[in-house]
Amino acid sequence: MSLNSIKVQQQDFDFAKEVDTLEDNNLVDGATVTFVGRVRNNNDGCQVKHLFLEHYAGMTEKCLFDITQQARERWQLGNISVIHRFGQLSLGEKIVFVGITSKHRQDAFMAAEFIMDYLKVSAPFWKKELTEQGERWVAAKAKDTQEANKW
Amino acid sequence: MAKVATGPEIKRAEQMIKVLFFAAIREQLDCAELELKLNAEANTISDVKASLSKKGADWQKVFTDPTVLVAVNQTMVDDAQSLKNNDTLAFFPPVTGG
Repeated sequence: MSLNSIKVQQQDFDFAKEVDTLEDNNLVDGATVTFVGRVRNNNDGCQVKHLFLEHYAGMTEKCLFDITQQARERWQLGNISVIHRFGQLSLGEKIVFVGITSKHRQDAFMAAEFIMDYLKVSAPFWKKELTEQGERWVAAKAKDTQEANKW
Repeated sequence: MAKVATGPEIKRAEQMIKVLFFAAIREQLDCAELELKLNAEANTISDVKASLSKKGADWQKVFTDPTVLVAVNQTMVDDAQSLKNNDTLAFFPPVTGG
C-alpha cells in the first residue's frame, strides 16, 4: 500500500524525516525526488521582510489530494507526500514540500513538476508579503498558468 | 397558539447559502462571510454575483472582475453553476501558493 500523505500546517517540517518516511520499508522504488519551496528575500524588485500565507482550510487538503491522484493516473508512482504551510513565514523558511518515490527516476521527476505546477494554479493559498514599501498581496503570474497548461 | 407547519409551508421554507470571501477580496469587501437567501428563479453563480454587486461600489468592482475564482462546496466551478440549499460558495482571487 503506497503512502499518499497531504499535510497543510502552520509549523515547520523536518526535511530529512520526510524523506525517511518516503523511503522506510520501501525496497521497490529506486528513485526519490523531492522539491522544497522557501521564502526568498526579493520579489518583483522589492526587498521582502516576511511572508504571510492565507488558505481555505478544507479545500486546500482536498485540492492537493486531487492533484496527487491525477499524478498517479499519469505516472507509475510509489509514495507521495505533500506538505504546504500557512501563517507567517520568515525569510528562508520552508513553504512547501513535495516528495515522490518511483521505480525509475523519470516518473518521480515528472510527477514532482506536475504537482508543483498544478498546486501553483489551483490550490487555494494566497501570499501576502511585507516589503520595505508596505504590505501587498502577491499577484498571480501568467507564467504559472502557462506552466500548468503544458500538461 | 402554536403554529403547525404544513406541507406547502415547508416547501416555501427559505433556501439559504453561505458565502465566503478570501484574501484580497475579503479585505476589499471588509467581509469574511455572509448568508444569502437563494432565489428559486435566479440561482446560478452569475445571479449571486449580480445580486452581490448591488451592495456597493467595492462589491461591484469585485464581482465584475473576470479573474475572480469561485468554488462551490470546495470545488472550483464556473459562473453557470446552479446552487442549492445549504451550499457553501467561496469567492477568491487567483491563487499564489507554492
